[in-house]
Amino acid sequence: MANVTLRSVRKTYPGGFEAIKGVDVDVGDGQFCVLVGPSGCGKSTLLRMVAGLETVTGGEIDIGGRIVNQVEPADRDIAMVFQNYALYPHMSVYNNMAYGLRNRGMAEAEIKSRVEEAARVLELSPMLERKPRQLSGGQRQRVAMGRAIVRQPKVFLFDEPLSNLDAKLRIAMRVEIRKLQRRLNTTSIYVTHDQLEAMTLADILVVMNGGQVEQVGNPLAIYEKPATTFVASFIGAPPMNLMSTRPEEIKSQLGGSASDVGILGIRPEDFVITDQTPAGGVALPLTVEAIERVGAETFVYGSREQEEQRVAATPGELPPGEIIVRIPGTEAPAIGAKIRVAAVRAKLHLFSGDGRTRIEA
Amino acid sequence: MVEEEGFRRYVAHIILWIGIAIVAFPVYIAIVASTQDNALIANGQMSLLPGGHFLQTYYQTIFVGTSGSTREPVGNMMLNSLVMALLIAVGKIAISIISAYAIVYFRFPFRMPIFWIIFITLMLPVEVRIYPTYKIVADLHMLDSYAGLSLPLIASATATLLFRQFFMTVPDELLEASRIDGAGPFRFFWDTLLPLSRTNMAALFVILFILGWNQYLWPLLITTRDDMQTIQIGIRKMITTTDALTEWPIVMATAVLAMLPPVFVVVVMQKLFVRGLVETEK
Amino acid sequence: MQKQAIFQSKLLPYALVAPQLAIVLIFFYWPALQAVIQSFLLQDAFGLSTSFVWFDNYLELLKDRAYFEAIVRTFFFSFAIAVSSLSFALLLAVMADKPLRGSMLYRTLLIWPYAVAPPVVGVLWIFMLHPSLGVLSRYLRALGIDWNPMLDGDQAAALIILAAAWKQISYNFLFFLAGLQSIPRSVLEAAAIDGARPMRRFWTVTFPLLSPTIFFLLVVNIVYAFFDTFGIIDTMTRGGPGTSTVTLVYKVYSDGLLGGNLGSSAAQSVILMIMVIVLTGIQFRFVERKVTY
Repeated sequence: MANVTLRSVRKTYPGGFEAIKGVDVDVGDGQFCVLVGPSGCGKSTLLRMVAGLETVTGGEIDIGGRIVNQVEPADRDIAMVFQNYALYPHMSVYNNMAYGLRNRGMAEAEIKSRVEEAARVLELSPMLERKPRQLSGGQRQRVAMGRAIVRQPKVFLFDEPLSNLDAKLRIAMRVEIRKLQRRLNTTSIYVTHDQLEAMTLADILVVMNGGQVEQVGNPLAIYEKPATTFVASFIGAPPMNLMSTRPEEIKSQLGGSASDVGILGIRPEDFVITDQTPAGGVALPLTVEAIERVGAETFVYGSREQEEQRVAATPGELPPGEIIVRIPGTEAPAIGAKIRVAAVRAKLHLFSGDGRTRIEA
Repeated sequence: MVEEEGFRRYVAHIILWIGIAIVAFPVYIAIVASTQDNALIANGQMSLLPGGHFLQTYYQTIFVGTSGSTREPVGNMMLNSLVMALLIAVGKIAISIISAYAIVYFRFPFRMPIFWIIFITLMLPVEVRIYPTYKIVADLHMLDSYAGLSLPLIASATATLLFRQFFMTVPDELLEASRIDGAGPFRFFWDTLLPLSRTNMAALFVILFILGWNQYLWPLLITTRDDMQTIQIGIRKMITTTDALTEWPIVMATAVLAMLPPVFVVVVMQKLFVRGLVETEK
Repeated sequence: MQKQAIFQSKLLPYALVAPQLAIVLIFFYWPALQAVIQSFLLQDAFGLSTSFVWFDNYLELLKDRAYFEAIVRTFFFSFAIAVSSLSFALLLAVMADKPLRGSMLYRTLLIWPYAVAPPVVGVLWIFMLHPSLGVLSRYLRALGIDWNPMLDGDQAAALIILAAAWKQISYNFLFFLAGLQSIPRSVLEAAAIDGARPMRRFWTVTFPLLSPTIFFLLVVNIVYAFFDTFGIIDTMTRGGPGTSTVTLVYKVYSDGLLGGNLGSSAAQSVILMIMVIVLTGIQFRFVERKVTY
């Protein structure tokens, strides 16, 4: 049982590259914290610093009230689940789980009862004598989990543990991990690049970009009030539509609430197709360019008639001027059709011109 | 800590430098000895620092040879070694690549028996069949010839296996595509397979060149004429005479010259060398 | 495994395999067959008549004390060379596997002896340890060791083992390094988190995961010690003093060349062939096992 506190943690590599540029996060006892961000944002490095696999070049890492900057990984009382599972290929499932306990000089009887209990929980009991290569991907993943839980550590660390599984198994394991964590009530830090995984697992969500924290908080709160355009487009799929706006446009449509607004964001699901303009809201005339019908919903890709630049917040974004609209699966406008979509005032997100500040109108 | 700390790193550096010193010491001694006066060495008075006879010794070694019994310039021996090494390397690659091509890209009667006939030669190094092979080479009047030096060493299975393995990894679509483009077996081989095999061929060449240059037992048997000697044989003959007559600076200069080409190849083409070594042992 | 996409041609494939097949048949199979046949024949002293003697040549060999000694000696040399060279190379590889500054330079400086030919290795070492003029012999004598490998058979054997092991360091180093680098870093990190200190980590994780490489190198080193030491022995000791450094291959060579006893030499060749086949067989079986990790 422990909380984990990071105080202005920094990592600068000998070459001068700054991977982590001062991160402050506080994870309470028993909480599930998810670090999410695009690849290269520093989330794995940060996790490995908590584990003790990377040296800390600035700031403090505090686990359960003890500064662990100089403490060996073995002595931090943590357990880690790796992306590629990192099982010992030459050891049986039983020995994979027992190894960490034996290294700590635990009695063989106690080891046996712990491993068997973990195997029962993870449904690995029939496979204890197998070698990792004789297991499926999902089973290996569970062995990696088992290796972590038999240790009964203060903190679990997960480094993208589900990214090597296929989509179906990923969802199942996601639920399993969450249930297990609730039951054991162990403080956990979990790294992923998948925003859906992050949203569903987290008590506290930490959105990272470029070695910095963009926003920390409850996942739904972050979804509802993203602090920056980066967070706005990273959390939620498909991403939020972001449009740069001219001051006079804002004034005319929003009644001149905030003159320093540069970017307007609207989530695809917050649009409706309508001829009316809600009071204080925004209406856009669109030409339908493509349609994706996935059954429960339909995505409409339209271009704005006015030439507008969208703000590039994350790589792999839509081309400028394109707007995504999500409507119920029963509807589908024709390609080439001119439609008009609108969003109410409460669903508008306003950001400063550089996208770094959210403006509450 | 998995990231190594200062102290452990220093230990690692020190151990590695000790290793390098052990590995390099004999060669250092050879280089030093090749620059010193023979009389000093013969008295057991050799200095551990280079002497002043560098140019003189190497000139005599390369262009004149020892003043004793064999008097064959080492330059000529190096030429023989070079020709033999190149013949072995190029010959082996050439015949192996075409036979591997036949085995992988054609179906014909006796395909597998032929593959096995080639494969089993892996188990017959020249050392276990020296005299009968010697007799055949003699019967074919190939003693003291480059053909006799290289042919028996050319046809082993390693290169064939390597190319076969590589060809198997070439996607079928490439052949289908070039067939649709109207290419026959020759075109496909020349325009597609050979360019793809370039790195493999280069890696193999590096290894085969070194192995060829370093051949010893076989050249020892089949060269009787001094002017057909390879450098490895020459160096042995130089220390045949009674100790007192051995001209050590020249012997050591010859040793240095014998090491130079293959070591140069290893150092300069390190990537290809490592690749070739790992691939041929698979 | 077979290719699906192939060419159709009746004669071309035969033309393509012909050169290799011809060389293989002429220079590999025919001599090997000759060796087998000759091993059953006995030639009189003048080479005038030969008679078929069944297994006499083999029986002679088995009764021959010198041959038995050569077998024991060859295995002893192989074992000593393999163990000394492998352990030193492993130590260096473990050090070079660490994330050190200049690790590429270290690799370059450690692998080049692979390219030094066995006879040159012999010349280098006999020069350093020559009884009268060797630079190292002075120190040995200063230590009170009566160093003379020209007269003392044990010292000669030690000299051969030393030189042969020296040459093999770079090869073993390279393969150990590759083996170490193929161990996923995360497995070692997991072991560190699991509380294993560096030494324990090495013996419980690194070493077992390296065992395929170790086994492979063991076989390669034994084959090396069987055959490639010929050049070292021939330049250093010529099998002497007495027969104290005569290995199986050296005996095939010297019995055929000097003794002119071709029947016995052929029988020895056949026995060697069988040994190589067994060793290669072991190696192939192991290659199948290697895939499993």
